[in-house]
Amino acid sequence: MSSSTEIIEQGGSGAGARPAPSPGRLGDRLFRLASSGAGILLLVIMAAIAAFLIAEAIPALRANHASFLTTTTWNPDGTPSVFGIAALAFGTVLTSLIALIIATPVAVGVALFISHYAPRSLAAILGYIVDLLAAVPSVVYGLWGLIFLVPGVQPVWQWLHDTLGFIPLFSADQVAGKSVLTGSLVLAIMILPIIAAVSREVFLQAPVNLQEAALGLGATRWEMIRMTVLPFGKSGVISAAMLGLGRALGETIAVAMVLPAAFTVSAQLLNTNGNSIAANIANTFAEASENGRGALIASGLVLFVITLVVNMAARLVIARKKVRA
Amino acid sequence: MKFQRYAGIAGVVVAGALALTACGTDNNTSPGTSKAAGNIKDCGKGTLNASGSTAQGNAMDTWRKAYQEACSGANLNYNGNGSGAGVQQFIAGSTAFAGSDSALKPEEHPKADQRCKTGSAVDLPMVVGPIAVVYNLKGVDNLQLSPKTIAGIFAGKIKTWNDPAIKKDNPSAKLPSTAISTVHRADESGTSDNFTKFMQATAPKVWTYAPGKKWVAPGGQGAKGSDGVAAAVKQGNGSIAYDEYSYAMNGKLQTAKVANGSGKFVELSPDSASKGVEAAKVVGKGKDLSLAIDYNTKEAGAYPIVLTTYEITCLKGLPADQLKLVKSFLTYTASDAGQSGLTQLGYAPLPKSIQTKVQDVVKGLA
Repeated sequence: MSSSTEIIEQGGSGAGARPAPSPGRLGDRLFRLASSGAGILLLVIMAAIAAFLIAEAIPALRANHASFLTTTTWNPDGTPSVFGIAALAFGTVLTSLIALIIATPVAVGVALFISHYAPRSLAAILGYIVDLLAAVPSVVYGLWGLIFLVPGVQPVWQWLHDTLGFIPLFSADQVAGKSVLTGSLVLAIMILPIIAAVSREVFLQAPVNLQEAALGLGATRWEMIRMTVLPFGKSGVISAAMLGLGRALGETIAVAMVLPAAFTVSAQLLNTNGNSIAANIANTFAEASENGRGALIASGLVLFVITLVVNMAARLVIARKKVRA
Repeated sequence: MKFQRYAGIAGVVVAGALALTACGTDNNTSPGTSKAAGNIKDCGKGTLNASGSTAQGNAMDTWRKAYQEACSGANLNYNGNGSGAGVQQFIAGSTAFAGSDSALKPEEHPKADQRCKTGSAVDLPMVVGPIAVVYNLKGVDNLQLSPKTIAGIFAGKIKTWNDPAIKKDNPSAKLPSTAISTVHRADESGTSDNFTKFMQATAPKVWTYAPGKKWVAPGGQGAKGSDGVAAAVKQGNGSIAYDEYSYAMNGKLQTAKVANGSGKFVELSPDSASKGVEAAKVVGKGKDLSLAIDYNTKEAGAYPIVLTTYEITCLKGLPADQLKLVKSFLTYTASDAGQSGLTQLGYAPLPKSIQTKVQDVVKGLA
């Protein structure tokens, strides 16, 4: 992130210049060994996870009688064994993306309010509450979603369907409380504090002299934010959003409780549609037999890859933004 | 592992939520417990670990308490982590017996035999769990459904509650035009297995999907575990599902009367379910007592959708310290006292004909 490197550079030569190590000191050598050991350990763990997933998944994938990538049903323990990732991967990406679309604008608003609008005392309390929200265990969100939100949103979704039903997204045979949109809403609430917390930190780093200059030139507060804070924070917000997306993609229990676990590939957000890779693992792992477990691990591998791709894409976007800035 | 832990937490939470909504219904086990405890004579000592089927979880809890009350030196653990996991742990040798919703599959049997070293593994039917057809429909009580209608609903062919097929089964009921929303198990389960087999056996032209532990028909919403299904039905007006009787009772859900092979509608009760199992045939080889249920039974008053769950253990080859305890415990569970204590939990007693066979095999454990 651009903000952190800047601070380090301003902070002095200590971290930035990296002096040549003095060879004689034992402590120095030990520390270097320990830190590079920790770095290598991380790579080893990553490689071990990937190797484990692949090794466990291969027997199940061999036994599969259908295409793993295009099949929508999931019946690995059946005879013949038939399972595919299509519906699950689709549901995972769809719910996470909608959650991101809902959460990001709100989170940026919250962050801007805390960093630039709220009085200092209120900002401190609000910031604390946002951090607290980020720390709430996901099962609590899931429970709240299941008991409060699912019955609560039913009439709202019905209204949405009645008024906007002509749009394919909102068409449905039967409007359900447990649907893609409900799942996305819970996810959005879960990732909102993360995006808000990171964005707030970034906005607080925006150079004060630029902000004062803009105000001094007669800009309104909104113009000042638009011209100095937002461009400065753009890459930070994007990485915050990607962090949120990562959490949404991997979120398990809340999604498992709120989505209807239907194996469909459909963009009808209000129908009984929606499932995700992680939710499916949580739902079916306990009762799965050997082949089923292998199949679930194969689905875990796909989730691993999706998350990796998302993270890499995010880095690419941020790197490009940096060059332009 | 992360997902396993999450799954566990979810289970606890959902169960907790249910317990909160169904306050006070789980206290009714105590009279059975104290009565049953007096009948255990040959106590085992030490610790016994078992795991498996969640469907018999409540039965195991009650039996465990009663047994430990009577036998102070015995310590029993039953982990309701699912039939699949239970069988795997039994094969791995970490448990002395497994609870399972289905008998050992042909490919599992040799592995289980190997675990028993000198002997072979047996399936012992022990807990009969009737499967209720539960529904939530305002203003409609005493719903009656024929197997064909049930299959039509779950296959997605009957979409509203005032469909002529439902009307035909319930000539006097006032049926609303509410859309039907079906709920099924999201995880693999013996309940789904038995229920789909029932539909395949009784309405093969309507239910054209393969029966199995995994629900494969399109449409409807999935819920994890029996408790999840009960919660989903309770939440949605117009919903219908199949669930174990005990969860239907605990959740105070309405259950439909189901027509058996004779065409007469039968109300679900421990008695009618027990009659349903009586028509089953033993298909296991030798001492193995795996059953094939007759879903088309014409027996008067027999409820046709039942699930038998098994204890899987070694006929011979258990280590001596475990053997004594397993034998003593299973003798108790197969006894009249053990079986009759279950009816108030929503299970049905084993029919006499099968109970005596189970007792014989347990006697022969060595």
